[in-house]
Amino acid sequence: MPDALLALQALNAHYGDFQALYGVNLSVEPGEVVAVIGANGAGKTTMLRSIAGLLRNAPEAIRWKGQGIGALRADQVAALGIALVPEGRLLFPSLSVEENLIIGGQLGRKGPWSLQRVYDLFPILKERRHQQSTSLSGGQQQMVAIGRALMSNPELVLMDEISLGLAPVIIRQIYEALPGIVGEGLTAVIVEQDIAKALSVSQRVYCLQEGRVSLEGQSQSVPREEITRAYFGV
Amino acid sequence: MDWLNAIIQGTLLGGLYALFAAGLSLIFGVMRLVNIAHGDLIVLSAYIALSFGVSLGLNPLVALLLVVPSMALIGYALQRLILNRTMGEDLLPPLLVTFGLSVILQNVLLMGYSADPQNLQAGAIETASVNLGPVAVGVMPVLVFVTAVVVIAALQWMFYRTALGRAFRATSDRQDVAQLMGLNRAHIFGLAMALSLAVTALAGVFLGIRTAFDPAAGGARLIFGFEAVIIGGLGNLWGTLAGGVILGVAQTLGAKIDPGYQILAGHIVFLIILALRPRGLFPRIDG
Repeated sequence: MPDALLALQALNAHYGDFQALYGVNLSVEPGEVVAVIGANGAGKTTMLRSIAGLLRNAPEAIRWKGQGIGALRADQVAALGIALVPEGRLLFPSLSVEENLIIGGQLGRKGPWSLQRVYDLFPILKERRHQQSTSLSGGQQQMVAIGRALMSNPELVLMDEISLGLAPVIIRQIYEALPGIVGEGLTAVIVEQDIAKALSVSQRVYCLQEGRVSLEGQSQSVPREEITRAYFGV
Repeated sequence: MDWLNAIIQGTLLGGLYALFAAGLSLIFGVMRLVNIAHGDLIVLSAYIALSFGVSLGLNPLVALLLVVPSMALIGYALQRLILNRTMGEDLLPPLLVTFGLSVILQNVLLMGYSADPQNLQAGAIETASVNLGPVAVGVMPVLVFVTAVVVIAALQWMFYRTALGRAFRATSDRQDVAQLMGLNRAHIFGLAMALSLAVTALAGVFLGIRTAFDPAAGGARLIFGFEAVIIGGLGNLWGTLAGGVILGVAQTLGAKIDPGYQILAGHIVFLIILALRPRGLFPRIDG
């Protein structure tokens, strides 16, 4: 069997003495959209931060095209073609909207995404391009955060709670834009608390509960009761 | 007329103080590092120029072509090999390490060059002056002031118009997210320190041409630099120039009243401004 694009093999993660992930196994095939759901504190964000190289305590457990990448720094992981849309958006407040996007592409990886493509996807950002990023609404900031990740022309994009704290109408807009983003061979791991949204855009789903994988299955066919059980642990 | 003369001389002196301050301001802005060794690095630059003068017979202004890149290299190496290991949430470890560095630098200079005051000889330009109506100003102070304006304009342009400046600002905003963009923080910090010490090289050579210096001369320069940065408002480069000028004018006016008041007058003005405007006169407006 060929190597998966991304594989987590018994990934453990710690913050000091606190263990946040226990032996998480997960695999992502090229072109797939994988959803990771779970309650607050289940370890979803920790998992993405580990993959992105922001938490480094598992050199061999994270494999990219068969190679262990867990020991790499975040900038080295980014250079491989893995981009993170972080929870809370975390734009650069000193940079304008356009500068936030440009810096996302500063590694110069080749691919379909450019400033123009991002503006085509989110036209409002073109109007606001010279504003400070902090002056935008939450939804627009999320668009910048997604655009910033796409500008690096990644092979894999990790999206952490992109609907968190946004109005339902904005969430719908962003999710309507997703198929246009992941359509062209881009692979995505989407972390969500909104189970329905996560299932609607993904092919496969994992559920995390207290740092362990409690469920793995096809998004369209997993019975709802099983998800409820895996999510809440009841 | 004497008073006008004092204000003009003070303004020009402010250019030198702005050069002391610009490097300090730059690294604080990019990485929140308070470099206690900054004054000693200024003095080190003067000694490096002195050595190039002695060994190669170079005029110190020509020697700048060698001193500036030397200090930039020293800055990059210092940051990558030592200071980066101390950087984190806590501001204290780098502060202590630069304090230690300050002590080491002073003692190394003392061993290498003795405690005798030294001077950089720049030749006729040192005493040349031009008449501006009623007052005569020295060519050298004007050159220093113009250099300070050019350096600050260039830094400003670099910060807001170039990819490097964007990387500096992004890293300053959020270090770990900048890392996600593929920016290696250790390298970015190294570049910031290199740039800071390149400016420091200019400051050191101008200082050495203006006055005698010895291995212990750094402390006062650090204080003047700090005062200029804080008067102008942290993170505002043009404010740093204004801060340097205010400090310089305060000192020359103080000296006009009584030569013993020169340094004191600068400190008093600094304290008054700090009391009235704790964030400086021109704080950076940010969210």
